[in-house]
Amino acid sequence: MNMTKIVRTTADVLYPFCLVFGLYIVAHGHLSPGGGFQGGSVMATGVALLIVSRSYTAILQRIRKEALKLCEAIGLLMFLVAALSGLYIGGSFLHNWLAGAGGLFGTPVAFGPNPGTFNTAGVVPILNLAVGLEVLGGLAVILLYMLSGLRENTP
Amino acid sequence: MATLLQHLPALLVAVPLFAAFTLPLVGRTGAPARTAWVFLGALLTAATGLLLAWQVFAHGPLLYVFGAAAPHVPTPMDSGGIPIRIIFQIDALGALMVVIASLSSLAIILYSLASDSRHSGKDSFYSLLFLLVAGVLGMVSTGDLFNFFVFLEISSLSGAALVAYRVDKGQAVEAGLKYALLSTVGALAFLVAVGLLFAQYNALNIAVVASRLQFTPLDQIALVLLAIPLAMKCGAVPMHFWTPDAYSTAPSSITAFLVVSSQASLYGLFRILFSLYGHLLEFSWLTFGWFLIILGVLSMFIGVTMAIPQKDVKRLMAYHAVSQTGYMLLGVGVGLAVLGNAEALTAYGRTAMAGGLFHILNHAMYKGLLFLTAGAIFFRTGTRNLNKLGGLGHHMPWTMVFFMIGALAIAGIPPFNGFASKFLIYESVFRFSPFLSIIAMLVSILTLASFVKVFHAMFMGAARTEFAQVREVPIPMIAGMAILAAVVIVTGLMPRPFIDHMILPAVNALVDRADYIAAILGGH
Amino acid sequence: MTAFLLSLPFVAVLALIFIGLGAMLFKRNLIKILMGLSLFESAVNLLLVAIGYRQDGVAPIFTHVPPHTHMVLPTVQALTLTAIVIGVATLAMMLSFAMIIYRKYGTVDIRNIRKLNG
Repeated sequence: MNMTKIVRTTADVLYPFCLVFGLYIVAHGHLSPGGGFQGGSVMATGVALLIVSRSYTAILQRIRKEALKLCEAIGLLMFLVAALSGLYIGGSFLHNWLAGAGGLFGTPVAFGPNPGTFNTAGVVPILNLAVGLEVLGGLAVILLYMLSGLRENTP
Repeated sequence: MATLLQHLPALLVAVPLFAAFTLPLVGRTGAPARTAWVFLGALLTAATGLLLAWQVFAHGPLLYVFGAAAPHVPTPMDSGGIPIRIIFQIDALGALMVVIASLSSLAIILYSLASDSRHSGKDSFYSLLFLLVAGVLGMVSTGDLFNFFVFLEISSLSGAALVAYRVDKGQAVEAGLKYALLSTVGALAFLVAVGLLFAQYNALNIAVVASRLQFTPLDQIALVLLAIPLAMKCGAVPMHFWTPDAYSTAPSSITAFLVVSSQASLYGLFRILFSLYGHLLEFSWLTFGWFLIILGVLSMFIGVTMAIPQKDVKRLMAYHAVSQTGYMLLGVGVGLAVLGNAEALTAYGRTAMAGGLFHILNHAMYKGLLFLTAGAIFFRTGTRNLNKLGGLGHHMPWTMVFFMIGALAIAGIPPFNGFASKFLIYESVFRFSPFLSIIAMLVSILTLASFVKVFHAMFMGAARTEFAQVREVPIPMIAGMAILAAVVIVTGLMPRPFIDHMILPAVNALVDRADYIAAILGGH
Repeated sequence: MTAFLLSLPFVAVLALIFIGLGAMLFKRNLIKILMGLSLFESAVNLLLVAIGYRQDGVAPIFTHVPPHTHMVLPTVQALTLTAIVIGVATLAMMLSFAMIIYRKYGTVDIRNIRKLNG
């Protein structure tokens, strides 16, 4: 399953770009089309690129399954904690209490057209980041497992 | 404490989800920590559910608006006068289902701590189990059509993964695939219906859609697309073919909860027919009532006749589950059929519905118990084939007692709970149509005959040499079965307080659909 | 003319639903059945997005929007996205089931698989 050197090098070069672009989509989810799932899938595409270019054993040296699973669990926990933090403030589950509150995530913005200020939207970017991490971990783990199944069929 | 009570509907889903997501992390620290964590999660989930149900039965329906500054105001200032957020709306019927799911989840998780201790991949097993519980709890508490679809998918996906969990057997994967495929097609049809309703009424909240519904041709298509998948998921007869496969190959603890998951679909069906489409069916209440009645009678009769010749004990019980679902459909169907006739409704309609809804609670308890005993026998002997079993009464006295309790309850023998609900159904359905009542009694007799046969085949007879090493199952499994058996006995001995305080409010929640809408939109 | 154009997506939805259902009912290969399911799913997503289309509406992004334009409430887009996420999970799970079945039975032809079920 090891592809030619050209393919492998191209995959290596593109991999960090995929990750960065995915992270950009995640981070801009509250301003432009995009968000956690979309960005996470773009990041997972980078992993998929590595996977198709190499054999299963070579992949396991590059990417650790455990790390991806951890990614998934942390993303899910981050989401729940961010959602539950609304309760602590006195609102309901998933209440966006950070929006407009100032600080890193909650710069208040006036109603109406604006050029898009990055550190607004309160809890939403945190949720996006959580979902992005979760989707990256989840999709990559699925791909890895499927590849491991494939290897057993074609010895 | 007051704030905690206020947020119970959110915690109802958040607690099992939290348990599911933290398990892979906790599981790394070793088996004892994981066991403790699973136990704690199960206990907390059940406590949240029971506390919530108690709140509803004591103080009336609960609302919870996700993401709002104040959780109890369905139409806050910033939403433009319509409820735009996801709203959990738990009335007495939802609370009844929450009680069922909480009790059964506690019992099966306790049970599975011992029964699945030999298998690998326990982290994901319990994660999926908690996801399944969260999905079912979400289905019965949400007041939003799309949200219902999401929870339906969560429960069917985790359910399918758990059915196929023992991948070493090809059959399990096959059954899982079948279950997943049918659930997904059903859920997609449901989604089409949600789309059709949203296109016309710009709302997803059940109460809001119900208040705007016009019964256009599109709505009629939507009704079919909503009702058929849910009828399929609850295992009503023309669409029951997935139940024996899925129920018999899944681990027994999972099967016991798949029964609850099917009943959550039944809840969805009742919710759609009564709360969403209620007043529009006015001219055809009789027709739709008969639709449920015919589904019910078919399920009862075909389920039990298919069950009798089965050799695999879990397959047999799966067909009985189909048969028992028929009683619920029959009871509630009679109630729907006479919904337009106030006289008949007070005379026997509400009693029939009470019987049907009480049977949901009872069935979840005794059928769960029966599946757990079948699992206990499989756990010790390694076979589910009735011809190979025998004489186990000598070795597994507790399991035998629990099986007897479950079998007598399912056959409708007093003083167990199956009798309490079936008696309500017999006497009220008899006044609607004596013929239907006689069929119901006949099915009960056949059920008894079938379980006498199973009991004899498994427990009676001389002790067999090949089972000489068989011992009673470990304590957690007995504890899990004991919880369900205790509920079966208590609801059987004193059905009156349960009927008065839980079942009749649930019946009223279905019949008085204006209350359901007024809870969201205000006024009458 | 516009009415015709606006109804085109719904025609496509119907066609896709029937192609998907047809594949699920009449194909023998498990992978093709799953492809049919995937088509059905895309049809539903297309239906949701088509429902949400409003003429002369703009996406509800405040960045550089000319004043006095009508913004579209993006509920259906959110629904579609959720449905896509669920679809990914479903499809991934069912494909892994298909892989396991292939490993156990050496075939993905449902006629042979059914035989083993007995």
